[in-house]
Amino acid sequence: MSDYILEMKNISKSFPGVKALDNVSLNIRPGTVHALMGENGAGKSTLMKCLFGIYNKDGGEVYFNGEKVDIKNTHDALGRGIAMVQQEQQPILDRSIAENIFCGRFPTKNFGPIKIIDHTRMYAETEALLKEVNMNFNPKMKLSELSVSNMQSVEIAKAVSVNAKVVIMDEPTSSLTENEVEGLFDIINRLRSNGVSIIYISHKMEEILKISDEVTIMRDGTYVGTWPSSELTTDLIIKRMVGRELTNRFPPRENIPGEVVLKVENFTSISPKSFKDVSFELKKGEILGIGGLVGAQRTELMEAIFGVRHTISGTVTYKNEILKIKRPRDAIKRGIALLTEDRRATGIFGVLSISDNVGVASLSKYLDFGFVLNNRKLDALVNENIRKMSIKTPSTKTQIQSLSGGNQQKVIIGRWLANDPDILILDEPTRGIDVGAKYEIYTIITDLAKQGKSIIMISSEMPELLGMSDRVMVMCEGKVTGILDSTEATQEKVMALATKYM
Amino acid sequence: MDAKKIKNYLSNNAIVILLFLLVLFVGFTQKGFFSWNNFNNIASNTAPRFIIALGVSGCLITKGTDLSAGRLVGLGGVLACTLLQRADYTDKFFENLPQLNILLVFVIVILVTGLFGLVNGLVVSYLKVPPFLATLGLQTIVYGINLVYSGADPVGGLRKDYTAIASGSWFDIGDFKLKWLLIIAIVMGLVFWFLYNKTRHGKYMYAIGGNENAAEVSGVNTTATKVRIYTLAGVMYGFAGFLLAAKSGGASVNLGLGYELEAIAACTIGGVSTTGGIGKVQGILLGVLVFELMKTSLQYLGVDTSYQFIAQGLVIIVAVALDIRKYTAKK
Repeated sequence: MSDYILEMKNISKSFPGVKALDNVSLNIRPGTVHALMGENGAGKSTLMKCLFGIYNKDGGEVYFNGEKVDIKNTHDALGRGIAMVQQEQQPILDRSIAENIFCGRFPTKNFGPIKIIDHTRMYAETEALLKEVNMNFNPKMKLSELSVSNMQSVEIAKAVSVNAKVVIMDEPTSSLTENEVEGLFDIINRLRSNGVSIIYISHKMEEILKISDEVTIMRDGTYVGTWPSSELTTDLIIKRMVGRELTNRFPPRENIPGEVVLKVENFTSISPKSFKDVSFELKKGEILGIGGLVGAQRTELMEAIFGVRHTISGTVTYKNEILKIKRPRDAIKRGIALLTEDRRATGIFGVLSISDNVGVASLSKYLDFGFVLNNRKLDALVNENIRKMSIKTPSTKTQIQSLSGGNQQKVIIGRWLANDPDILILDEPTRGIDVGAKYEIYTIITDLAKQGKSIIMISSEMPELLGMSDRVMVMCEGKVTGILDSTEATQEKVMALATKYM
Repeated sequence: MDAKKIKNYLSNNAIVILLFLLVLFVGFTQKGFFSWNNFNNIASNTAPRFIIALGVSGCLITKGTDLSAGRLVGLGGVLACTLLQRADYTDKFFENLPQLNILLVFVIVILVTGLFGLVNGLVVSYLKVPPFLATLGLQTIVYGINLVYSGADPVGGLRKDYTAIASGSWFDIGDFKLKWLLIIAIVMGLVFWFLYNKTRHGKYMYAIGGNENAAEVSGVNTTATKVRIYTLAGVMYGFAGFLLAAKSGGASVNLGLGYELEAIAACTIGGVSTTGGIGKVQGILLGVLVFELMKTSLQYLGVDTSYQFIAQGLVIIVAVALDIRKYTAKK
């Protein structure tokens, strides 16, 4: 009999153009809390999704209770006693706690010839389950009446209800207050003493050291190692998480930052959970990198500057003039451009042609008589873009959705360049793009900076952040925790700032 | 590979191909189907419906819809009739109304229906009411207003110069008549083709339909564009109502009943995608023609009008199912 309840051996998983997991192993002892750590994109969530049956692994083996298993879908995982409390919960808000817990496997009883739902049993069982997670709520209460942390407890109760032997918790504390975290830890301790193993994914060092028995660290889709928590410190974890060499993956920077052009002061979001009191400056011809972990509110901050989101206080000063930006079009008129993080959701027009995708933000430039679009002028610009950025496409009429991610990204960069903006905000400009195309995008960025454009680049990839930026601003929990010059910025320093309030 | 291409082509154009076969069959078996008279007849039936379909197409391309179309056609028709009755007509709506300029009446009609379209646009853009419900509400309101205005009585006794717009033609060659209605429909088709392909408004419309969030982030004034689309739609319904009333020599509150559904269906058959961002004027024309040709073919075959409804309904469901299939097959 093995020492482990769960063994994952040499797990590999690839997505088009990316090797997300490369021979990763994870061994979980029964009745322990096992933390899984790594930078954004290290492959933690992917590994867990392979375990839980959301993804199918490409290679490797999983042993559960000493028996080799092949988990094909989440239903299968639950049936075997593996449950997952997701980072993004998906409760059915308008239904009761009991229905949320038993959805899909309602207890039934016979009513004459047909089977109907046994509400009495469902409510009784729900009440018992809620007690397990320290909740004294009426099982008939609607989910929408609960706080976020209580909704999470319901999720955990759901995990308990399938008699789970292993419960995966993906960033369970990301939206909880300190008191709520204490409550969660009580629940976790109780589960542990009942023999349940917990795989705990989190960025928060102190939490990890406090709650976990063992820690496994991953980096760039590979396995770094497993250590007992008692042997680790915050510094050691950071070192092992980032411990990679920076290779020459970036074009040389020949830009020379000039005078300050943009000043953001005391910027505070309308949402209390988002960014607070942010101030920074951007210079002409500068690349300002924005670092931080997922949830640091970097995207929200930039979208607010661009007018997609709203603020309650703070000002944006551009060349000594305070800007009033209510909508993106106000920002665009002032020469600001934003390459959004989620290309599919807010970037591309999938069914439209490359021409239309490039032209949409600058149509006023291709008019005859003030209102007739001159498609030849537009096509000339599009063709120039295709040539300059070496976009691979059969023609300008091709639907953008048939291009690869990297080419789509270049098309959208072309859309913004057509407006000749002075300030470009790039939110994860190389996300989901293969290595070759990444270098081409880096070249475009450094060229723009050299031409005197000011660039803000949000990046969750440490090498990219350090390799491309003149200065790095780091955020944590909606606040700026530091601005480092490229000469003094190191991975360890950035990571320490990014986890400052955790 | 080639067999697959042919199969794809057939399934993408199944409705049109089937209809083409039906038309050929009817044409060669029934006397008079392939005649200029029948052509003139189909042309005049198609023209107003094409104009309604053009109006609603913008709403559909931006992933919206407009259920108030039919009732606004009715209001436009009734309004035009009340203002364009013969001086010697005994049952005049406004007894002492002087002889108004037809163009003036036309402008009044499209202003009124355009105003209702504007309301649709504002409610959809600013109050964020889903278009289905916003225009459903307005549909009912417009019907009520029309009942109040007309007193639920049919309005007839129209001036000759008004009805001549529908019955008259520019010139005749033998049995062929170049009807004013046909000319108007062609002109409006060209105007919309220009609007959709050669102006910022058109590009913005496709962008909103393709991805509204991306459009907003790209600086498209999504609210104003949608308001323009719904207002223009209202104008087109008034236009169609004006023509339809002239064509039938009068109007009642039930003029245009159900036309919105026919127009939406015609657009969909013509390739205006229910998932947004796609749709061409040529396609819309084709969609409207499909319906009119089917109706006429069935008439020539002596099929009872009751069955024609069943056939129309089937065509709508099959067409949309085929349209959706194109997109789901890719995933």
